[in-house]
Amino acid sequence: MSRSPYLSSAPSVSVIMVKVMLALIPAIAAYVWVYGAGILVTLALASTTALAAEALMLKLRNRPIKPFLMDGSALLTAWLLALSLPPLAPWWLVVVGTLFAIVIAKHLYGGLGYNPFNPAMVGYAVLLISFPVIMTHWPAPLELAQAKLSFAEQYQFIFGASLPNGVQVDAISMATPLDYLKTQLTLHHQVQDITTASQFGAFGAKGGELVVWAYLLGGLYLLQQRLITWHLPTAFLGALALMAGAFYLVDANQFASPVFHLFTGASMLGAFFIITDPVSGPTTPKGKLIFAVGIAVLTYLIRVYGGYPDGVAFSVLLMNMCVPLIDAWTQPRVFGHSK
Amino acid sequence: MNALLNIVHQVKNSFGLSANNTVRGGVHPAEHKQESTTLAIGSLALSKRLVLPLRQHVGNLPKVLVTVGQHVLKGQLLAEAEGNISAAIHAPTSGVVLAIEDALIPHPSGLPDQCIVLESDGQDTWGERVAIDWRHLDQPTLLAALRNSGIVGLGGAAFPTQIKLRTNPKVQIKTLVVNAAECEPYITCDDMLMRERAADILKGVEIAQYLLGAEECLIGIEDNKPEAAEAMRQACANSAVKNLQVIVVPTQYPSGDARQLIRLLTGMEVPNDKRSTDVGVQCFNVATLLALHRYFDFGEPSLSRIVTMTGNVRTPRNYEVLFGTPVTDLIAAAGGALDQTDDYIMGGPMMGFSLPSVDVPITKAANCIIASAPQLFAPPPPAMPCIRCARCADVCPVSLQPQELYWFSKSSNLEKARDYKLFDCIECGCCTYACPSNIPLVQYYRFAKSEIIAQDRAKEAADLARERNEFRLMRIEREKQERAQKHAQKAVGAQTEAAKEVPAVSANPEADAAKKAAIAAAIERAKAQKAAAAPQNIDKVEPAVQAEIEKIDARRDAAKQAVQAQLFESDPQDNK
Repeated sequence: MSRSPYLSSAPSVSVIMVKVMLALIPAIAAYVWVYGAGILVTLALASTTALAAEALMLKLRNRPIKPFLMDGSALLTAWLLALSLPPLAPWWLVVVGTLFAIVIAKHLYGGLGYNPFNPAMVGYAVLLISFPVIMTHWPAPLELAQAKLSFAEQYQFIFGASLPNGVQVDAISMATPLDYLKTQLTLHHQVQDITTASQFGAFGAKGGELVVWAYLLGGLYLLQQRLITWHLPTAFLGALALMAGAFYLVDANQFASPVFHLFTGASMLGAFFIITDPVSGPTTPKGKLIFAVGIAVLTYLIRVYGGYPDGVAFSVLLMNMCVPLIDAWTQPRVFGHSK
Repeated sequence: MNALLNIVHQVKNSFGLSANNTVRGGVHPAEHKQESTTLAIGSLALSKRLVLPLRQHVGNLPKVLVTVGQHVLKGQLLAEAEGNISAAIHAPTSGVVLAIEDALIPHPSGLPDQCIVLESDGQDTWGERVAIDWRHLDQPTLLAALRNSGIVGLGGAAFPTQIKLRTNPKVQIKTLVVNAAECEPYITCDDMLMRERAADILKGVEIAQYLLGAEECLIGIEDNKPEAAEAMRQACANSAVKNLQVIVVPTQYPSGDARQLIRLLTGMEVPNDKRSTDVGVQCFNVATLLALHRYFDFGEPSLSRIVTMTGNVRTPRNYEVLFGTPVTDLIAAAGGALDQTDDYIMGGPMMGFSLPSVDVPITKAANCIIASAPQLFAPPPPAMPCIRCARCADVCPVSLQPQELYWFSKSSNLEKARDYKLFDCIECGCCTYACPSNIPLVQYYRFAKSEIIAQDRAKEAADLARERNEFRLMRIEREKQERAQKHAQKAVGAQTEAAKEVPAVSANPEADAAKKAAIAAAIERAKAQKAAAAPQNIDKVEPAVQAEIEKIDARRDAAKQAVQAQLFESDPQDNK
């Protein structure tokens, strides 16, 4: 029996994962700039929990620990979850979400390569449903906050939920633009009036839009490195913009502009880092387009008509369910076959 | 900018819009062709002992015409083509037939096969050589002459050439495609052949074009062989043949796959269930065309070929090697293997296989021998689970979904694998090459294919046996009925004789009823017998056939176990 090919070009799985994490560095830097260094604590906490949970599960499942721990997939899941959570989220929230992602969403379904759902999004959805108040309670960007917390104070807040004397929670947090828009619209305000509020920036959220640009930068790096293909981000962002554009054209008083939708919430993070998870996504080119468009449509509908300010996580999980069907339906034409 | 270009390329590729001049998918491994092209094609000293496997080609074993101890001359027919698809074997030099026995041959199975062992007398005396005046003979006569030329496809497939030249009268062959792409890394035998013998190759082209009735000839060469392309262009300019065209295609593995090259050069995609000749194209390798020229114009059968000896040896080089020459002699000619050489690969690093021993002979399919060392071909790291990244699908030249095929092959879901067009896989190895999880994908496909083929064969054999058995039972029953009827008629006849005197309607109704009952009982018995015998569908097999079936089964089981052991070893998911 032949073992050819004798050559291999591929970067290993761990190299791929490391490069994806590298692509997240600009966004993390932007986070630190906008919200303070507290995000680093969240990242460290999620990483440690993920590695410990991964090692434990591998041991319980009698799998070799070192190669799987080194593949970097658990670490990446932890980072993506940490970046989805509100900065300054309490430590136990981070730990619970990460444990759920690694233990239940990943390993109980067979570990790396076998999980039908995006682990980071499962962790996020569980937290959002279980702790909706904390999960929608975002800190204000430092430039808008009435009280600015130092790194030590942020650390204190994450681990002890305690604030320096005289500072109220309201002084450091404010509703996110998506959340604010939603509540204000129910009070029959018009979009152009709502978006004059202080938390709105030129494109999306003041401060937050810098993070969004950083995600876009990281995403382009992923494309350039051929770690992702163009299908998913383009189809997702394109469909989201088209959908928002159509509603915006119909009634600009009731519906926010497409630019706003692209630059707020998890749109950009989702486009390049979340929906591109290969394990839980489709593999055919056409399938990727369908998958991404489906997520975009659902995200928009949840944002505008649903009960939550953002909808990326739920949309991803809903479309994950459709992946086997999408793949089966979109098999490409094989060379020499007529269809 | 880079990222943007990248995106444009990806968009094109994923909609199958890749320009006609590139293969869809494909990979670009490091070429390593420089090493073996610095020196001209060399020749080897005559080896003392030549081992000629009877099976050097696709098709039936040829029939041996010589006996042990017989002295033969160079070019003498040792074994003639047998049956429809087969190829002859000739003596590469003069000498004595030492033995006709099983010996190790260069084959991925590593199993010995029947060989003629020739001891050279050192004289290299030619037998009779008769050139064939092909310009004045018709196609059937020439094809008959070609039958014992021993020429097979020298690109590596080793399919008898005479079959490929036998055209279907219903389809006019328009284009002769000359495969000079040589897309596998390391291999340079065609490159050097074109640089040194371009004019002779074109003489072969002329013959092939005449036999096929092809109007035009397209010569496809990858752009990493500018010297060869230039030599061929020069030769074309000086040739009397019209409508010759050298087309340089981008270097991209596997552009040298016949169907891929035909698409690159003509824009036509050969349907999966058809041959290229059905769309008016036939494809030959340059070395095969040269062999045609030597055979028709000089009366020399296929006795040697150019072999690239490269990799971890002192002086990588191409040699003209007589068939049957042991690989050791070739290695020695190239200055011997360097330190750390741990394996020898026949063919290229993408589709070749490890030789079971360096004592095996060079055969017609042996285009390249690579001395392998860990620094050249690192052993693959342990396989990780598939993460469905679909890099394999991106590089698959035939647009398969290797990640799905892997899933189905691994779970032995063979029907599903067939549905996902497993049999369109050309085993080029691009998927494995691109896999970040180091999964030996091609091996899974080879395994699944052989399993499906084995199942189909077993089913066919069982069906045939069942049919035969059913027919036999039917015949037995019919004969019994006929006998019973005869008996009944006889009895009735006797009765009528007896009844002549007594003109009654029915003399003995009771006897009639008894006979009918007897017939019915006989039919019942036959039915019961048939029912009892039905499940045993291989009972009437001759002992020899039975023995063969058992041998095949045993070999298949052994191969299966070996493959499973190998696959599971390399997959930590299964290390329970």
